[in-house]
Amino acid sequence: MTQSAPERVVAPGGGASGTTRRGQAVKFTVLFVLAALFLLPMYVLAVTGFKPFDEATAAQAWLLPRNWSLEGWSTAWSSLAPGLWNSVLMAVPSAVISAVLGSMNGYVLARWRFPGADTVFTLFLFGMFIPYQAVMIPLQQMLVSAGLMGGLFPLILAHTVYGIPICTLIFRNYYASIPGSLIEAARVDGAGLLRTYAHVVLPVSAPAFAVTLIWQFTSAWNDFLFAVFLTGPNSWPVTVQLNNVAGSMVVPYNQQMAAAVLASLPTLLIYLVLGRYFMRGLMAGALKG
Amino acid sequence: MSASTEPGAAANGGPGHPKRPVTGPRAHPTRFRRALTRARTWFPGLLMVSPSILLIGVFVYGMIGWNTHLALSDKHAPIQDGSFVGLTNFVQLWQEARWPAAVSNAVVFTVVFVGGALFLGWLLGLLLDKGIRGEAVFRTLFLAPMAVSFIATGVVWRWLMNPAPAERATGLNALFVHLNLDFLVNDWWTAPDFGMAAMALPAVWQLAGYVMALFLAGFRGVPEELREAARVDGCSEWGVYWRVVMPQLRPVVLSAVIILGHMSLKVFDLIIAVAGQQIVADVPAVYMWAMVFEVRDPAKGATIASYLLFAVAVFVIPYLVWTVRKERSEGR
Repeated sequence: MTQSAPERVVAPGGGASGTTRRGQAVKFTVLFVLAALFLLPMYVLAVTGFKPFDEATAAQAWLLPRNWSLEGWSTAWSSLAPGLWNSVLMAVPSAVISAVLGSMNGYVLARWRFPGADTVFTLFLFGMFIPYQAVMIPLQQMLVSAGLMGGLFPLILAHTVYGIPICTLIFRNYYASIPGSLIEAARVDGAGLLRTYAHVVLPVSAPAFAVTLIWQFTSAWNDFLFAVFLTGPNSWPVTVQLNNVAGSMVVPYNQQMAAAVLASLPTLLIYLVLGRYFMRGLMAGALKG
Repeated sequence: MSASTEPGAAANGGPGHPKRPVTGPRAHPTRFRRALTRARTWFPGLLMVSPSILLIGVFVYGMIGWNTHLALSDKHAPIQDGSFVGLTNFVQLWQEARWPAAVSNAVVFTVVFVGGALFLGWLLGLLLDKGIRGEAVFRTLFLAPMAVSFIATGVVWRWLMNPAPAERATGLNALFVHLNLDFLVNDWWTAPDFGMAAMALPAVWQLAGYVMALFLAGFRGVPEELREAARVDGCSEWGVYWRVVMPQLRPVVLSAVIILGHMSLKVFDLIIAVAGQQIVADVPAVYMWAMVFEVRDPAKGATIASYLLFAVAVFVIPYLVWTVRKERSEGR
């Protein structure tokens, strides 16, 4: 990080209330330039899909379509539809199961600790950072020899299990933040672990469920690695199908871009509508965020 | 930063090791009985976590163990049994041409990606700090790429970074020609030496917003009194920033480096989407994939996977231990 760049954007001598007028102008200019750069790929994505086949050449990348056409979208839809459906079928259950497990773990690790709870928690957290390559070959071998390969089960299993660490982390932090008096009161009344969980903790867990469900759904949806290792052509999720569509040189650009948009729409919509929860999941990944 | 995501608060107010008031009868409970009473309190908790302990135990640690076992064997074809050969595979990997090249590609990628995303994210955070008009819109825009898969990102960027020369330029090169910036026209990721630096651009695009969000949360966590005190001492705004705010942000920078670094070392999707398996953009994760699906050499695939794990573990383990310990020692 050099010192010179920020000096240009923060006007020197700005008062305590903020920067000077000129400083504001510079700030906005830089922001708009950066925003434009960020928008470039989005522009290409949005516009190319609407181009008819003969306009969708890389040379005309930056022009608006002369004749707006839906042909790219309809072809992309027909080639991606099975993948989209597979993605829904595997992302939803794995998000739900790992959120439920995470909630149970988080509750115990924050509020009903057992000897060695910290060690267990640390060992869980490490599972969040491992490169999944390090488990992939054994996982594949195990699934094959157990006769479980084929269909979406392997993917659901993988996303559920490897989603446990982050879900546990999110719930643990969330439960640590709810007033301890609530739980203590229930305990004094003689409620056991399960009763406290069901009657006191679960009813206030909605925000944390929202965060974990969104997070897990998004990461399962966007995953490619597990998908290529653990599924076959009939159960390929949308990322693999998108890569197949885009990776083949014969598929025209308008279809490629339309396919990329289609594959991204569900998670993008979730982000736009439920951004607040999405952000919290994002922050949780940084532990100390 | 909402409290719900602050692990530091974890033990705060929590019962810790549940101290059930030893209501036991006056008759001095034996040590054993006391332990039993206490165990009765925590045991249901352990029971509740046990399904996950089992799953993580088998699928994380068991599989890592199995993978290591494979990497130490000579099972070079799926049908072989394989016997223990020590570190032979680990050594042999360095004697071929492909592996060191893949490693150096990953290093270049990591340096540019982590450095670029940190710098850009920090700059964005700085610009958006102090509530600028339209902040929410900018924030939403800069973070949006995070919601998209690396594959979708790769599809667009492969198009943008089309290496065709100026005469028949396409993608970004065409844009440069349009704007009379021909000197910027380049080979992008297909350049032999620093192509991986271009390959890191989509990743920077995708994750700079994330770093921005981390920094914004960090900036806002610095108490205004601290800044005020420094101003009273005659610090300029800039001085306040460097001497007061930045030092408070070290944990943010550390988190960001860890998160981006571990993503970067195992990068796979993006490379496949942009370059396929072209050797110029080879990285360890792609190499491993080829070993599993094309060459069908489990031992070699496992060896590469072990190296990946090792590279990540070296900095993630100290980080985790440090985080959890610090949280404890803060007595919260």
